[in-house]
Amino acid sequence: MLRGEAAFRAARRQRRRATLVALLVFGLCLTISGMVAEVSFATLAAGLPRIGEYFHRILPRLRWDRLFADSETEGSLAFWFYRWDEWGLLLVETANMAALATLGGAASALVLAFLAARNVSPSATIYQIARRSLEAMRTIPEIVYALIFVWAFGVGALAGILAIMIHTTGALGKLFAEVIENADMRPWDGLLAAGAGRALACRYAILPQVAPNLISYALLRFEINLRGASVIGFVGAGGIGQEIYKVISFNYYEEVSAIMVMVIASVTLIDLLSERLRRRITEAGSSA
Amino acid sequence: MLELESLTRRFGAVTAVDHVSLKVPAGQMVGIIGRSGAGKSTLLRMINRLQEPSSGRILFEGQDITALRGAALRDWRTSCAMIFQQFNLVQRLDVLTNVLIGRLNRRRGPLSTLTSMLKLFTAEERAMALAALDRFDLVDQALQRAETLSGGQQQRVAIARALLQEPRIILADEPIASLDPRNSRVVMDALRDVNRRDGITVLCNLHHLDTARQYCDRIVAMQQGRIVFDGPPAALTPARVEEIYGVSEEEFEEQARSVPAGLVAAA
Repeated sequence: MLRGEAAFRAARRQRRRATLVALLVFGLCLTISGMVAEVSFATLAAGLPRIGEYFHRILPRLRWDRLFADSETEGSLAFWFYRWDEWGLLLVETANMAALATLGGAASALVLAFLAARNVSPSATIYQIARRSLEAMRTIPEIVYALIFVWAFGVGALAGILAIMIHTTGALGKLFAEVIENADMRPWDGLLAAGAGRALACRYAILPQVAPNLISYALLRFEINLRGASVIGFVGAGGIGQEIYKVISFNYYEEVSAIMVMVIASVTLIDLLSERLRRRITEAGSSA
Repeated sequence: MLELESLTRRFGAVTAVDHVSLKVPAGQMVGIIGRSGAGKSTLLRMINRLQEPSSGRILFEGQDITALRGAALRDWRTSCAMIFQQFNLVQRLDVLTNVLIGRLNRRRGPLSTLTSMLKLFTAEERAMALAALDRFDLVDQALQRAETLSGGQQQRVAIARALLQEPRIILADEPIASLDPRNSRVVMDALRDVNRRDGITVLCNLHHLDTARQYCDRIVAMQQGRIVFDGPPAALTPARVEEIYGVSEEEFEEQARSVPAGLVAAA
């Protein structure tokens, strides 16, 4: 046997044994968690056809010969989307909620991120407070915030905007702080040596470096918030969600599919636009 | 007059600057030489308090600099500008704004912070900045991003930024260590011009002895945190260098150039 072959085989045996043990542990954990969560394959098998049935029910009964007839005629597209204008308005409201919440959340995240970035934070205490409060804001799901705000401010978009904004602040604040921690600190020394205070040093030495990254993260968050805003209406916090909840619980089958199609179309459209914008910003940032 | 009294800085068990006392009269151009890790950078960074001294005092015209806090400390930093080895410009901002940064702490009035945050500068401030850039032949680059400039140009932008602080002292920390010989000359000429024409005191860390001899009125040599020579350039003969450092001048510069990786941060 070649020199080293024995060592190689020993190392391989060891690696395989480690992989096997890891797989067994993983399998065991999966089984236990399945039992705890009462996952049963029988229920799954019984339920699956019902999902198919539901989708079959919400499908529109379209007829080729009447496809482009008016909204009074059964089987036409116009009949399927007979409330398209109302839903469109609700979708615009949803997008507005997402945009406002992202804007407000990004603005407060920006301020908190400078306090929560180890390299520029004024003190260790402030750093800890900022980090922990960002954690608290993003750990609680936005739907929980929404329930609280609906209770406080009543049903409507305001509750939804505030709920998403707080969650966004927590999520973006952490990302922003990490971008800031990776910034080149030489300009920072340059600013301090010129007699600038901390705020101005953040503005001049750090912000120009990190801005493209921050904008890109904020746009990504906008895409996520758009989906969040379409669901948050389930608890009465405004947007298309309220309508979705209504048609599902009243079993207005065809309307469910009509709204789904509109939601998917508009989310996809905005995603595509925002992705293009993001790519343009990051490319401008790296090439220049 | 800038006075250092027994200034000391320790990093853990290492004493980077060891009881350094020095008096620098106004208008002098002082070259500080020594190997990397000799404590030159730490010494300069203590003078503008980017680095806090472990013990000792800094006095400027009788005022105790070591005790300054807050706005008074920022004012002191404004009046002793610093030039860095890596220029320390904001790469993504244009040259003009980089120079205007020198004005930030010179602005007064209730709205100054707000206008500064919005990057709003007055026509007079821009005129000052453009004049400083013109002095170093950089007006044509005023609207370019700093990162598009060569090292020599960036260092001159840094000097222009320093001038806008209207400083009494300029602390130059290895200003030419990242530059080629031609740009080194241009930058050193600029520093001497600032020293002679504007009467600004210059403290300049260098590892090239000939440069120090050629440009400075006085040379201070450091080794292991202590001052081992202080005198006019003429007194620093090759024989004296060998006596101080135990190696010939060529060997000394060879050693000074090769920076040991672990010491960069501490130096």
